[in-house]
Amino acid sequence: MSRHSVSTEVNGRLYEREVDARLLLSDFLRHELGLTGTHVGCEHGVCGACTVLLDGEPVRSCLIFAVQADGRKLATVEGLASSPDELHPLQQAFRDAHGLQCGFCTAGILMTMVPFLEENPAPTETQVREALSGNLCRCTGYQHIVDAVLLAAERRA
Amino acid sequence: MSVLGSSIKRREDPALITGKGKYTDDFSAPGMLHAVMVRSPFGHARVKAIDIAAAAGAPGVAAVYTAANITASGTPGVIPTAWLLPNLKTPAHTLLATDRVRYVGHPVAVLLAESRAAATDAAALVKVDYEPLPAVVDPKAAVAEGAPLLYDEAPGNIAFDWELGDKAATDAAFSGAAKTATLTFRNNRTLPHAIEPRAALAAWDSENGKLTLTMTSQNPHVHRLLMTIASLGLPEHKIRVIAPEVGGGFGSKIHHYADEAIAAWCSIQIKRPVKWTATRTESNLTDAHGRDHWSTAGIAIDGDGKIVGLRIETHAAMGAYLSTFAPAVPTYLYGTLFSGQYDIPAIHVHVIGTFTNTAPVDALRGAGRPEATFAVERMMDAGAAAAGLDPAEFRRRNFIQPDAFPYQTQVALAYDSGNYPQALDKALKLADYDGLRARQAERRADPKGGKLLGIGLSSYIEACGIAPSAVVGSLGAQAGLWESAKVRVHPSGSVTVYSGSCAHGQGHETTFSQIVSDRLGIDMDQIDIVQGDTEEVQFGMGTYGSRSAAVGGSAIVKSLDKIIAKGKKIAAHLLEASVDDIEFENGEFKVKGSPGQAKAWGEVVLNAYLAHNLPEDLEPGLEETSFYDPANFTYPFGTHVAIVEIDPETGEIEILRYVAVDDCGNQINPMIVEGQIHGGIAHGLGQALWEEARYDESGQLTSGTLLDYALPRAHHLVTYELEHTVTPCPHNPLGVKGIGEAGAIASPAAVANAVCDALKPFGVDHVDMPFTPEKIWRTLQGRGS
Repeated sequence: MSRHSVSTEVNGRLYEREVDARLLLSDFLRHELGLTGTHVGCEHGVCGACTVLLDGEPVRSCLIFAVQADGRKLATVEGLASSPDELHPLQQAFRDAHGLQCGFCTAGILMTMVPFLEENPAPTETQVREALSGNLCRCTGYQHIVDAVLLAAERRA
Repeated sequence: MSVLGSSIKRREDPALITGKGKYTDDFSAPGMLHAVMVRSPFGHARVKAIDIAAAAGAPGVAAVYTAANITASGTPGVIPTAWLLPNLKTPAHTLLATDRVRYVGHPVAVLLAESRAAATDAAALVKVDYEPLPAVVDPKAAVAEGAPLLYDEAPGNIAFDWELGDKAATDAAFSGAAKTATLTFRNNRTLPHAIEPRAALAAWDSENGKLTLTMTSQNPHVHRLLMTIASLGLPEHKIRVIAPEVGGGFGSKIHHYADEAIAAWCSIQIKRPVKWTATRTESNLTDAHGRDHWSTAGIAIDGDGKIVGLRIETHAAMGAYLSTFAPAVPTYLYGTLFSGQYDIPAIHVHVIGTFTNTAPVDALRGAGRPEATFAVERMMDAGAAAAGLDPAEFRRRNFIQPDAFPYQTQVALAYDSGNYPQALDKALKLADYDGLRARQAERRADPKGGKLLGIGLSSYIEACGIAPSAVVGSLGAQAGLWESAKVRVHPSGSVTVYSGSCAHGQGHETTFSQIVSDRLGIDMDQIDIVQGDTEEVQFGMGTYGSRSAAVGGSAIVKSLDKIIAKGKKIAAHLLEASVDDIEFENGEFKVKGSPGQAKAWGEVVLNAYLAHNLPEDLEPGLEETSFYDPANFTYPFGTHVAIVEIDPETGEIEILRYVAVDDCGNQINPMIVEGQIHGGIAHGLGQALWEEARYDESGQLTSGTLLDYALPRAHHLVTYELEHTVTPCPHNPLGVKGIGEAGAIASPAAVANAVCDALKPFGVDHVDMPFTPEKIWRTLQGRGS
């Protein structure tokens, strides 16, 4: 098994590791870097739980190899809040609108909706639902997630 | 405003939304090995030989074990059934398959390696010599003559043949009825799909002979008990089961499975920590599935549109072995619901549970009650059609009246409270039912046709708050279904509650704290809730069956009442008053009618611990434990209305609106109640519209990934329109009934009734779930309008 060096910036901090070529980015984040806030739900790119930002774009970290992140910037849920005492506005909206129950899918949904709201600061409910359509949640029936995203947008306005 | 009944934001959330919540797979241990199972690729086969040599020598592999190793270790090594019915066939179910595999996914060997990748690579090198056998996957086909047999000791593949109600009286009611209607229908098999796959981290401590098992569990004490008595044989106090954050369960993490026990056995055997985490497909192959019935039901009515009899024959698939509570699901959690919300004088339920070459079927959100509600509510629409009445009017004529409680049904349950006409009326008003019917009539009269409008009602009842121990014991449960709570008041007045409930998304830390804050008059931040760890919490039964508020919450109240009673004695002593004159209010112990004669909570608590000046008969300290056994089930109810539109050209269904009026008694936290209802509705809409676990004839699961099994997504669904009625439960101290499953119980029937209503002009009596566009389109092609 060939080993490759990966140098990547995650949430503003530089990490350098030697990894197997086949190591998934999700496993790299979780098991090499200990950033277990990114969750793995299906490992075939359907549930969206493992979504992280790669150079600002949401990607499924279970469909990318760690080596593909070499020289690039990653953002995960751990880096979302600006300080331990202050939630990111979207996190705050999720709390206020009860946008999560078991919390397992939440990181992936946050990392999908943060760039969505950057691009669509005043979305309609339909747009929010479309944007959420790549993330599975089995607990909430989605309504409070939709409410949370709309609440975050409203507060930005 | 009282803290009880307020939509207080969840205290669970800050950790969960920042990625700090720890789920089982987030834990590791030094020296940890990774377990990967070798699973049967056949639905049914004889195992002739297993060659592990190549795998054992593969890079990074520490061990390969088969059933022979487990047997040789002297471990009991079985997975038991914890609910026994009369004449139930319970073939032995070993952790690893021995000479026969009976479903795809049945584990035959386990590999331990330094990495999960190495274990996965080496698993492919295990050579298993299988002799494939004919399989049977359908519960009705399983009992047909000549069907392949799973177990010699279960002729006809029959695990049990069970009935409830009065057959003779029901037959007589049908003979004398003015009209009858019959339907045959399927309740489609579904997959649980908790987004977190099942996982376990087992760490054996040789020095102390103790196992710590971190796992995805809804009931860690139950898992520990079953590990002790059936799987591992270790004394119970030598096993610590921890359920950390659990990423959804829906029933699938109640059950005791082979995989977690295998991981535990491996850790003991190899004396290193062992982690096993299921892939999504492994979850789908081995998590207990839900539903999977074939039924034929009949309804008999008199000339006034009153029901005189209801009967049903059901074939229920049990899968390849009987999972933990599986026998109860299509029997006592199903047959007992056949009176629905209605006064029905004669009911008969007959269920045949069959072994099939599939994953086991056990409790899944609603567990038996969605299947029963589907049957009853489909029959209500069939009965309405036979009577020539509107479905709402037919329901109204047959409701148990609000003054008829307690109401003894013909199928064992005694309903404690309810107001069914009120919930129906509220739902019809919210939906604008009359307006919808008028629109539907207009559309149907329009020669240009267009989209087909369907309106479906589901007036559901459920029996939850599971359950009175003596009752379930008499019905075959091998466990009591009470719940425990220990309330520890610390010397400075803050409180830690140890609850036997085990949340996995339900928000107990918040709602249980609300109960304590309300009762003791102390701030929420003075209260902690501990759950999910057998080392910290006294024995508890866990979270399922919408039981945590009604049973777990009541256990907390019971302990709080003991705390307050002791506090009153201390206060009376300090105030030199009679204990009967002390009342406790807003965190103060007061002498009735003597303003200013009072002791604050903190002072009384401190005195309990100082013990310098206590009444003679009182022990120091302030800590109470209770085991609350409910007097009855609780009976949430309501009416849901689904409004759908079908495109006759494509068969595509759009949910236009979904209206739900639910009554779960008093609400501790309305925000959380709403969230539970939403999730339940979506789960049921999934079953109705998209979800189906399909096996081919050889026993292959052809919907084992998320690419071929459709879960509901945000853009499929609508904004649910919710209202409530409040009929408090009369037999628990909180007046609560439970709400975790209501949505999933009500919604499949509501959608099915709406779809069949839309197709009524085409002479369609019934279509089976899931209502895929193809199925609807084919149905329409087969019928003229």
